[in-house]
Amino acid sequence: MSAAIEIREVHKRFGSVQALSGIELDIPRGEFFGLLGPNGAGKTTLISILAGLASADSGSIRVMGHDVREQYRAARRSLGVVPQELVFDPFFSVRETLRIQSGYFGLRNNDAWIDEIMLNLDLVSKADVNMRALSGGMKRRVLVAQALVHKPPVIVLDEPTAGVDVELRQALWQFIRRLNGDGHTIVLTTHYLEEAEMLCQRIAMLKQGRIVALDSTSNLLRRVHHLFLRVRVAGVLPEALRPLEHASNAAGHVLRLKGYDEVEPTLARIREAGCRIEELELMQPDLEDVFVEVMQRS
Amino acid sequence: MSGFPTLFHKELLRFWKVSVQTVAAPVLVALLYLLIFAHVMEGRVRVYDTISYSAFLVPGLVMMSVLQNAFANSSSSLIQSKITGNIIFVLLPPLSYAEFFAAYVLAAVVRGLCVGTGVLLVTLPFAELPVRYPLWILAFALAGSAILAALGLLAGIWAEKIDQVAAFQNFLIMPLTFLSGVFYSIHSLPAFWQGLSHLNPFFYMIDGFRYGFFGVSDVNPALSLALVGIALALISALALVLLKRGYKLRH
Repeated sequence: MSAAIEIREVHKRFGSVQALSGIELDIPRGEFFGLLGPNGAGKTTLISILAGLASADSGSIRVMGHDVREQYRAARRSLGVVPQELVFDPFFSVRETLRIQSGYFGLRNNDAWIDEIMLNLDLVSKADVNMRALSGGMKRRVLVAQALVHKPPVIVLDEPTAGVDVELRQALWQFIRRLNGDGHTIVLTTHYLEEAEMLCQRIAMLKQGRIVALDSTSNLLRRVHHLFLRVRVAGVLPEALRPLEHASNAAGHVLRLKGYDEVEPTLARIREAGCRIEELELMQPDLEDVFVEVMQRS
Repeated sequence: MSGFPTLFHKELLRFWKVSVQTVAAPVLVALLYLLIFAHVMEGRVRVYDTISYSAFLVPGLVMMSVLQNAFANSSSSLIQSKITGNIIFVLLPPLSYAEFFAAYVLAAVVRGLCVGTGVLLVTLPFAELPVRYPLWILAFALAGSAILAALGLLAGIWAEKIDQVAAFQNFLIMPLTFLSGVFYSIHSLPAFWQGLSHLNPFFYMIDGFRYGFFGVSDVNPALSLALVGIALALISALALVLLKRGYKLRH
């Protein structure tokens, strides 16, 4: 059985900018996959080539075994894309928008599924409202719904939660998780690394058009061995501990330690300096720490 | 099933939902042209022996409206979609470039014919208009609107800003339609301008269309239709090639 997405040696250049340099990636069916990277890393370019919105200079991409160029009809039928930009057609209501989108995929009587999507995305009360009259969050939900009208086995979400309130974010993830549970392959790009950590089984990190890390989320998290000690003291932090300081805010000082062995000596130093500890917390590194480290190293 | 019927239907809805602006307004403009020009010119100009100036003017105005509105429909739809970004909704589905072309062009033809029919209906009370050869009328209306629809598609594909489409419309389409013999017979022009008019493809559309009503024309209508047909084939071929390559639509 072919992978949901097979990317082979994809190169893409825009003028003098090499947007993608030899991307090689397989995403198996049913996976919840994260594509991370700073702005300009090439995430959206890669998604655009995957969706047929752009074409690669060389290399190939297959979606569910269908080449995105040679077999574009089958490839596009297999793919649902939620674009990053908040776009809409001001001439139509939510229901009209979804019916039209279904029609583009050759689906005529799709109302039962449209109703189900609207129910899950909490759009039912807005079904007959013109797109222009919707809030940004609601427009975002319609974009998600539009990507799902043809029940694509592969769903790509390009920054779907940018500027979206907490309520929608949670509702959206619940729905997307359910689709993933039903067997849909999900590809997510996001700037919210905690979302990627929570949702994605595997993650690729992109930098300047190259994949600089590709592993399961748990393996990536194990790459970082240090840990953080957050401590709030009465008075000033002893000078000797300043080099360990990673951050400092109202909640106290965050010290970066090489491992658990350093916890006790650090506390001893605070005690020896005559400081009283008011609050204390040990924190595991998260995906953000991994991300920062990978980006700095590569 | 193909996505073509939906894209065609969507394009029809797009102009029909704002038909006051896209159909009624151009009909009113054409009526004003007729009232003003007929008032000023009637009795002073006799184009063909048996035809009053008002009657001569009506087919020209109808065809001018058909052409301008066919162009306006495909060009404005495409440039608006490109600028707002919602073009992505038709680029993501499995629509072929030929389906894309057919949907935009046919919808623009329908808008052109709607406006043309409207102009014909409101101007009827002001002129006695014979209908000699209805099939010629239909053939020129269809071919002419299809050419302008495909030209509008080209303009929409090429343009990156609304004012580029407006420039295309104001500096190319408008002068060519106004100088195509809508308001006069080119036989009334000095030889040089008459010769120049023969290089204007819009002249053949208007002249052939008018032949369908009066049975008289400046040029043999079969020749006009052949030229119009060649122009349609060339412009359509160019639009299809650009769409197939994804020129300025897929990067």
